[in-house]
Amino acid sequence: MIGSIIFCLLLVGASAFFYTNAKKIRRNILIGKDTQLYDQPELRLKTMVLVALGQSKMLTRPVSAFMHILVYVGFVLINVEVLEMFVDGIFGLHRAFHFLGGFYNFLIGFFEILASGVFIGVVVFWLRRNVVKVKRFLNAELNGWPRMDANLILVTEMVLMTCLMLMNAADQNLQLRGNEHYHVAGSFPVSHLFVNSLSGLSDGTLIFIERFCWWLHIVGIFAFLNYLPYSKHLHILLAFPNTYYSNLKAKGQFSNLDSVTDVVAPNFDPAYQAKTDPNHPQRFGVKDVHDLNWKNLLDAYSCTECGRCTSSCPQNITGKKLSPRKIMMDTRDRLVEVGKVMDANKGVWVDDGKSLLGDYISKEEIWACNTCNACVQECPINIDPLAIIIEMRRYLVMEESQSPAELTAMFSNIENNAAPWQFSQADRANWIKED
Amino acid sequence: MSEMLAAGETPEVLFWVGCSGSFDDRAKKITKAIVRILNHVNIKFAILGSEEGCTGDPAKRGGNEFLFQMQAMQNITVMNGYGVKKIVTGCPHCFNTLKNEYPSLGGNYEVIHHTQLVQQLLDEGKLKVQGGEFKGKKIVFHDPCYLGRANDVYEAPREVIKKLDVELHEMKRSRAKGLCCGAGGAQLFKEAEKGNKEVHVERAEEALESKPDVIAVACPFCNTMMSDGVKHFNQEDKTKVLDVAELIVKANDL
Repeated sequence: MIGSIIFCLLLVGASAFFYTNAKKIRRNILIGKDTQLYDQPELRLKTMVLVALGQSKMLTRPVSAFMHILVYVGFVLINVEVLEMFVDGIFGLHRAFHFLGGFYNFLIGFFEILASGVFIGVVVFWLRRNVVKVKRFLNAELNGWPRMDANLILVTEMVLMTCLMLMNAADQNLQLRGNEHYHVAGSFPVSHLFVNSLSGLSDGTLIFIERFCWWLHIVGIFAFLNYLPYSKHLHILLAFPNTYYSNLKAKGQFSNLDSVTDVVAPNFDPAYQAKTDPNHPQRFGVKDVHDLNWKNLLDAYSCTECGRCTSSCPQNITGKKLSPRKIMMDTRDRLVEVGKVMDANKGVWVDDGKSLLGDYISKEEIWACNTCNACVQECPINIDPLAIIIEMRRYLVMEESQSPAELTAMFSNIENNAAPWQFSQADRANWIKED
Repeated sequence: MSEMLAAGETPEVLFWVGCSGSFDDRAKKITKAIVRILNHVNIKFAILGSEEGCTGDPAKRGGNEFLFQMQAMQNITVMNGYGVKKIVTGCPHCFNTLKNEYPSLGGNYEVIHHTQLVQQLLDEGKLKVQGGEFKGKKIVFHDPCYLGRANDVYEAPREVIKKLDVELHEMKRSRAKGLCCGAGGAQLFKEAEKGNKEVHVERAEEALESKPDVIAVACPFCNTMMSDGVKHFNQEDKTKVLDVAELIVKANDL
């Protein structure tokens, strides 16, 4: 009875806390400007099913793809067992779904196999980060909290899976002994292997182990849920909306700024109707998170810092400071900071004198980009770091007139003679006469 | 274009030469190769000549959206004035910009890259090719970012190269995983940021790994960068950097 009350309190508390944080994240994402990503719902759904649910873009790196699918399938399906644990917790029952009979036994056995898969997966992931030291997990932007965050997630998952196995092993001993509360239910293909190692323990100790693991598992899940909003692990939820709102156009197509068209087009067409509201002039390009659109911000919250983008970036490969992953991490960090300022001022933004470009992302990073789309191609959940980089270049050029000198020269060549070099436009067809 | 119009003729296609193709000595050879192919199959084509201006790609990638849209609208005014319907480009950057970024500014054309045109001509039987001097030679193809990832055109240049009876070798980083030559994003026009290597050296090193006879490219920028990279390793006597159009022309004496 007391157990049920504690469980219900935990359930309500954990849900409420998660709800509060989720609402904050939603608010922060909607700080961004609107962008039209609402067309072609069928294609969007298909993209989400393929890329998020089906993890199609993971396949280019088979080892991590296989381990990831083990963890992912295990995580999703074991939630059915968690549902049972909820029912058990609320009503003080034991294995409430056992009335399913043979099917229940199959499920529990299947979950044990899945849990083993999860365990193996996270151990391999942990080894890749900490022992094998895969290159993309060594970049400077992961120093400190991000690296700790990754390891915390992996260790938590190991603990959760160990609890599940240990709980089942204790449960089997109690079932074998005919303990009244522990009626015979389930099949245990994996934990069966170490049933004997617990067989010397008293009923009391076994019940303690079983209960302790059960509680640790369930509390662990509540804690994990509430850890997500603070962690890169949020991708397990946001991968779905993020792929739904994927860019469906050719990757080479950059947006044409309407605010610029409004200035340029009247020179060519006197009857041109402005697309933007002249009474609310907007900044050209992006200086801070407020200038980004909500998809850029959703991208930032969805990033799980896997670093496939950075490991395929030609500039990063050749030792430059630019790292697409860092662009996403900085964007999220700045957005969280902006959110905190708003929290401290009753939800209203008060300028804190900082900005994403300058305080987080440097010009050196922005100007190094080849716009080659390797980062965009690599991202397993269709995050677009390039969109943010280009918007920052636009800000630097059009608001601050701060392009590298060679680019300024290239711009004036185009302006003066319609080519990036100093050749006369009148000579464009001279090649015909040359041999 | 203006001459054709004056003579009362309508070209089938506008050949967009591009700035590199017009002014860069190496790229002019690619321009001429494309012209030889067009002439060989008797396609009635035109160029804009002195009425062509930079598409605005380097301005746009460099963050100068004003300059890009000025260029775009200038070019659109000229092309719409001539009633242009179909464009073939010698450069993936021009191709991408004309195809994807001009429509919402009022320029709607069917735009293809020259490797796509050559593939079509081969498929339709209008162009017949032999391996010639390249028969049995080892060729690696370097994907231009703005043809490959940017527009998902990976097969056209490969299909064309395969027709030459060559050994087409793939680099480890090819197609969607292809590594940039280092020129895109307006980088061609500036010094690289501080690092430990130039991108074109990294890419040339990879391309030279299999000791190919030819590094085939399909972009004048890639051509510049890969040529520099090959020179960096002093391999210019053993490995040539050639555009797909040049391969066709050289192999068949067009």
